[in-house]
Amino acid sequence: MSETVDVSRGLPAHPERATLEGKNKFVGFWVFLSGEVTMFATFFGTYLGLRNGTAGGPEAADLFHMPLVFIMTMILLTSSLTSVIAITAMKKNQFKKMKLWMWITFFLGVAFLGFEIYEFVEYVHYGLGFSTSAFASSFYSLVGLHGAHVVFGLGWVLLLLIRYNRAGITLTNAPKFYMFSLYWHFIDVVWVFIFTVVYLMGIGGG
Amino acid sequence: MADHLSEPFKKSAMTNEEIMKTQREMRIQFIAFAFMIALTFLAFIAVGAEVAPPGFVISFIIFLAFIQLFLQLYYFMHLKDKDHGWANTFMVSGLVLSIPTIVALILIIGVVKY
Repeated sequence: MSETVDVSRGLPAHPERATLEGKNKFVGFWVFLSGEVTMFATFFGTYLGLRNGTAGGPEAADLFHMPLVFIMTMILLTSSLTSVIAITAMKKNQFKKMKLWMWITFFLGVAFLGFEIYEFVEYVHYGLGFSTSAFASSFYSLVGLHGAHVVFGLGWVLLLLIRYNRAGITLTNAPKFYMFSLYWHFIDVVWVFIFTVVYLMGIGGG
Repeated sequence: MADHLSEPFKKSAMTNEEIMKTQREMRIQFIAFAFMIALTFLAFIAVGAEVAPPGFVISFIIFLAFIQLFLQLYYFMHLKDKDHGWANTFMVSGLVLSIPTIVALILIIGVVKY
């Protein structure tokens, strides 16, 4: 691990890991993500254990609508791709392009969050309160935890975009944008399992 | 070195070879994205068509989800690249740990109670 970076030729090809700090953040962030995997596993396990305990309240098959979940999935998948494009632009030192794609990622995330809020409001109208049944509590905890991650991610990228609006790509902010993109992909992975395990299995009547 | 942490660069230090490599990777990532969209369609159709027995459909869509997990981790999050040994170590151990967690929770609070 060399302490010095050759900056004379321009932005290094991997700016996110050019400094010791960047390298440490990179490993540290993967440790964090691995912890997140385990945490989400406990929420998934709880939901799978309790999903039949509807206590006379609304059931999964009555509530979930495929078109809405499908649109949300497509939005989040696309936002994952746009953040990939942004990071590729970052590696090539194309700051404006990176900013543009990060903003697109941000707005796709906002759209996703809007749908999720709309969805929760609808379910409450159908009589599925947080404490209606074991199914309701575990559903809101799992999907709500994912939603909270989306909120956090949106706040994160918004702060980065505002703070580094004119900074250009530097060895300080490149790791930050890169970690955000890892986080965003992770949120997408979790959503893939939520739409499979929660929504499709709920509709499929497993 | 320390004084070049918060200044932008005028150009990229990428060699032609590295630029080619990045472009090739981008193309692979687009293909991975197309696969993810296709897998998502397949999962929704499998459930929406209601032709196969639920037991089969559920194992099928969970299998599709694991393919998507693999594509995201290895292609979008670059786990397949070099210098990702520790990242792989941590991620794989997290995934391995989560399987007994989920199974145990289903058995303890699900099967036993209902």
